Amino acid sequence: MPTSPTPSTASAAADASGGFGAVVRHPLFWPVVALVALLAVNTAVRPGFLSVSILDDHLFGSPIDILRNCAPLMLVALGMSLVIATRGIDLSVGAVVAISGAVALTFIAGAPDPASTTTVFLAIGMALVLGLVLGVWNGFLVSVLGIQPIIATLILMTAGRGVAMLITEGQITTVTSAPFKTLGAGYWLGLPVATLVAFGVFGLVALLVRRTALGMLVESVGINPAASRLAGVRARTIVWTVFALSGLFSGLAGLILSSNVMAADANNAGLFIELDAILAVVIGGTSLAGGKFSLSGTFVGVLIIATLSLTVTNVGISPLVTPLFKALVVAAVTLLQSPAMRRKLAERTRRRGRTAPVPPSDKPADVSTDKVVA
Amino acid sequence: MTSRPGAPVVEMHGITVALGGVRVLDDVNLVLRPGEVHALMGENGAGKSTLIGALTGTVPLLAGDVVVDGAPTTPTSVARSRADGIATVFQETHLSPHLTVAENVMIGHEVRGWFGIDWGRTRERASAALAALGLEDIDPRAPLSALSPATKQLVAVARAIVLEPRVLVLDEPTSSLDADEAARLLGVVRRLCDQGVAVLFVSHFLEQVFEVSDRMTVLRGGRVVAEYRTAEVERAELISKMLGEDIDALQALRSQRLAHHYAGSGEATLRAASLGRQGVLEPTDLELSRGEVVGFAGLRGSGRTELARLMSGAERADRGELWLDGARVQLRSPGVALRHRIAMSSENVRDDGIVAGLTVRENIVLALQALRGWSRPLSRGEQDAVVDTYLDALHLSADDLDRPAGELSGGTQQKVLLARLLATRPHVLILDEPTRGIDIAAKLEIQRRVARLAGEGVAVVFISSQLEEVVRLADRIVVLKDREKIGELSNGPGVTVDTIVEMIAADVDELDELDELDPGDS
Repeated sequence: MPTSPTPSTASAAADASGGFGAVVRHPLFWPVVALVALLAVNTAVRPGFLSVSILDDHLFGSPIDILRNCAPLMLVALGMSLVIATRGIDLSVGAVVAISGAVALTFIAGAPDPASTTTVFLAIGMALVLGLVLGVWNGFLVSVLGIQPIIATLILMTAGRGVAMLITEGQITTVTSAPFKTLGAGYWLGLPVATLVAFGVFGLVALLVRRTALGMLVESVGINPAASRLAGVRARTIVWTVFALSGLFSGLAGLILSSNVMAADANNAGLFIELDAILAVVIGGTSLAGGKFSLSGTFVGVLIIATLSLTVTNVGISPLVTPLFKALVVAAVTLLQSPAMRRKLAERTRRRGRTAPVPPSDKPADVSTDKVVA
Repeated sequence: MTSRPGAPVVEMHGITVALGGVRVLDDVNLVLRPGEVHALMGENGAGKSTLIGALTGTVPLLAGDVVVDGAPTTPTSVARSRADGIATVFQETHLSPHLTVAENVMIGHEVRGWFGIDWGRTRERASAALAALGLEDIDPRAPLSALSPATKQLVAVARAIVLEPRVLVLDEPTSSLDADEAARLLGVVRRLCDQGVAVLFVSHFLEQVFEVSDRMTVLRGGRVVAEYRTAEVERAELISKMLGEDIDALQALRSQRLAHHYAGSGEATLRAASLGRQGVLEPTDLELSRGEVVGFAGLRGSGRTELARLMSGAERADRGELWLDGARVQLRSPGVALRHRIAMSSENVRDDGIVAGLTVRENIVLALQALRGWSRPLSRGEQDAVVDTYLDALHLSADDLDRPAGELSGGTQQKVLLARLLATRPHVLILDEPTRGIDIAAKLEIQRRVARLAGEGVAVVFISSQLEEVVRLADRIVVLKDREKIGELSNGPGVTVDTIVEMIAADVDELDELDELDPGDS
C-alpha cells in the first residue's frame, strides 16, 4: 500500500523515528485524542459508560450504542470522502437516504406478505439500485455536463425529499416486518447488524481503494485533473464512479435508518446528514480542496461525531444548546489540526526545552528550505 | 538619488545563510551600483534565490552585513527592504488575474481620499507607472486576465516601480515569455537602469543576460566562483564556471548527435493527413518515422503546440486523419493515444504535467498505471523496476522518490515527466518545450536522452522556442507560422537558425515580421 497515509504506513513511519514527536505529528493524533477525551468525559460523568454487558444474547452498553448509531453516517461519510478527494462534494446524500427508505418501506407495505424474506430482499435491492441510479445521475451532471458539484448535487438535495414525499404520498409510512427490522435493529454474533454491515462495507472499500490503484488515481484527479488526463487517467470515469458509489452507500444508509425506526419519514430521514458527513471527512484530515484523502481519518471522524451525540444526552446538556456544544468540540479538533496552530504549539514546546542543548533544525526549517532554494 | 554617482547603492559582505543545517550561502559578496544591471548566474540550487531572499528580508542571515547607501541595515522583512528602496518584480503568475490592471499595480499603495480609496487618482498613478514602461496603451480598468503573458509581466514590473525603488530585483522575469516579448521587457529594464536604478537580474537565458547586463556574479554551491564585466567574458568560460567540470558534456552531445544521424529509411510511423481543427490549426500533412527527431519550429502561437496536441489526442481534431503504422486511428483522448503508444509532454509542466501532491514515484508510474486500469495495480516490485530504470537513465535522486513532486525544481520535474512517458514505452514521443526554464545540466541531460531515444527507434517530436536547440537536435525541421505548416527542412550542415528565420520571413509580405524572431536565443 504505497499510496497514502494509511494507518499502517504512517504508524510504521512513527515507529521508525521512534520518538513521541512523530506520534504527535501523525495526522490522526489529534482526532484520536479528541475521541479519547470525549470518552473520558463520559466515563467521568457516568463511571459505567464504557462497560459492556451481555443481555438477551447480545452485547449491550454505550459503546455498542455508538457503534450502532454511527452506521448510517459511516456509510455516507465513506462515499463523501471519495467524492471530496476528487474535488467534489455531494449535498444530495440526505435526500438519497430519504428516497431509499421511502422506496423500501412503501414496497414492503404494499406487498402481500411484508414479513417474507423475498419481499425484504426485493425491497433492499430496489432501494440500492435506486441509490446507485441517483449517484450516477449526480456523476453525469458533474463529469459529463461539467456542472459544479455543489450545484449539481444541490438539485437532487432539493428535489429528493419531494420525490420521497411522492413515493410515500405524504405519509410517514410504517410497516411491521421482522426480517427488515433485522438490518437496523437486529444482532448477529452479539453485535448490531447495522454496525457489521457498515463496517464491513467500509473495510471492503478501504481495502479496494488501497490494494488497487483506485486510491492513487482518485488522488491524482483530485490534485490535478488536467495533468491526470494528459497522463491517460480517465478522469471522467473516476469522478463518475465516486458519485455513483456515494449514491449507493447513501441508499444503504437510508435502509439502515428506516429499518431502525421501521418508518419512512420523507422530511426528516437523514436530515443534515450531508453536513455531518462533510464534518467527519474534514475532522479526519481530508482537505476539501481535494487530493490526498484518508479513510481511516474519516472512520475516526465518524466515531467522534457519534460519540458527541451520545455525550450530549449522557452529560445532560440541554437539547437547546446541543448544536453549540457540538460546534465547540468540532472547533477544538479542527484548530488542533490546523498547520498554523501546530507550528505555534511546536514552538512553545521547543522554547520550554531550550535549557537542554537541542539541535535547532526541525521541521519548519526544512519547509522553508524547500521554498527558498529554487 | 542623493548618493554620489557610481557609489554602490547596496553592498553585501560575507553573507552566510544556513537552512535546515545546510550552508546554502557561504561568505558571499555582492555589490550593486546605480545605473547598472547586475546578473546573478548559476545553476538551480546555486543559491541565487537565497541571495535575493537575503537582500529582500525573506531569509534570515547567519552572518554577514548588508549596507544600503552607506548605512548598515538588517533586512528582516519585505516591508523593511521596501522602505530601503529595494523592490522585487514578482512573476506574472503571482498577480491576481481577476483584478484590474490598476488594482494589480497599486495593490497595497492605493491613494486614499476622504471616503476610502480615491480610485480616480489611484488609476492615474497606475497609468503613470505603466506609461513609464512604455505601456500607455493599456486601459488600467481592464482585467489583468485580458492581457498577454508578456504584458502581465510588464504590469508586474510596474507594480514594483510604483514605489520608485533604487534597487530592482528581477528573478526569472522572462521565463514565460516569447523572444520578442522578452526583448520588450529587457528594453524596459535597460531604460530603468539608465534612469539610475540598480538592477539585480536572474535568468536562465544566457543571451538575455549578455544583452542586458553590465556585470555578473557567478554562484556555484552557495559560493561566488567568479565576477565579470559582461563585455569581457567569453560564453564558454562563463558556462564552465557555472557548471564546474561539466563543460565537456556540451561537446560530447554534439558528437553523439552526429553519430546517430537518421538514415532516412523506413515507413512513416505516424502520418497526419490534412489534420486540423477549426480556429486552432489549418489542415496539416506530416509524417513521423521511427528513429527520427523532428523539430517543430515557429513562434509562440504559430501552431507548433496545437499540432502536437492534435497528434497526441490532447485535443480532438475535427478534420483530417491520423494513420498509425498504416492503420487509421481516432485519438479521442490522451489515454487512447497512450494505448497506441503515442506520448506527449505538455509545455506547462507545473500546470498540466506534474501532479504536485503525489510523490515522484507515483508520478512516474501514473501513466503506466492509468493504462493498466485501476483494477490491476502495479505491485511494489514492478514499480521499483520501472522507477529504478529511469532513476539511473535520467540521473534522478533516489532521495526524492517519496517527496511530493511539487517540491522539486523545474528541471527535475521535467525529468520526472519524461520518465512517466518513457515508462509507457512509446513509439511516438512528442515533447513540447521540455527544456524551458531549466538549468543547463538538466537541459543537456534531456537533449542527450532525446538523441538516444531516436537511436533506439522512437519517433521523436521536439518543440522548443530556442531555435538553436531545434537545429542541434532535429533530423528534420517542420516550420510553422500563423497556425499553419509552411514547410519542412531536412537538417544538415547548411541549415542554421538563420535558415529557419529566413523561411518564416519569406513566407510573408511584410518584412518587419522578421524582428519577431530572436535567432540568438539559446
